[in-house]
Amino acid sequence: MNTAGYILITVGSIFFFIGGLGIFRMPDVFNRLQAGTKATTLGFMSLTIGVGLLNPTWLLKCIVIVVFIAFTNPISSSVLANAAYKRGVNPRQVKNDE
Amino acid sequence: MIEFFYWFLILFGVLFSLLRIILGPKIEDRVAALDGLNVMVSGIIVLLAFQFKNSIYLDVALVYAVLAFLETVIFSRILEKKKELK
Repeated sequence: MNTAGYILITVGSIFFFIGGLGIFRMPDVFNRLQAGTKATTLGFMSLTIGVGLLNPTWLLKCIVIVVFIAFTNPISSSVLANAAYKRGVNPRQVKNDE
Repeated sequence: MIEFFYWFLILFGVLFSLLRIILGPKIEDRVAALDGLNVMVSGIIVLLAFQFKNSIYLDVALVYAVLAFLETVIFSRILEKKKELK
């Protein structure tokens, strides 16, 4: 139980790092949104379940937080992408120069 | 020993997303980076609850998640209404 908790926390922090890197490196608003939202959602779930496994009396509260994040984070990302599309932001076009 | 590892990784994630907030070319990039940063800060608060052995931080993380969701939705409503913001 202890080892599983530490492994889950480490996997969550790795996904946070990947999410931050994706936000920094991606070329476009929509790419940034999907990289940041998906990676950080999975990282948050893994980290919170890991903390709940390390202290089993907090497990119920941790599951409540995970369910809340799983409902609200895709909604906020979708609303922001819809607003960016309605403002006229075009996706980046790849030019083929062969 | 393993604590340094995961705090280091989380530090770099927060640093990259803060950098994108500072030098994002348009306002949508900044709001998208803020949306990612809020989830990371909520995870950091959950990790502080484990580090300090105090379960009150879990309630703080839940309230922070609610306010972060409201913040992103209201920002995107404002962006949709006012198209002259850069």
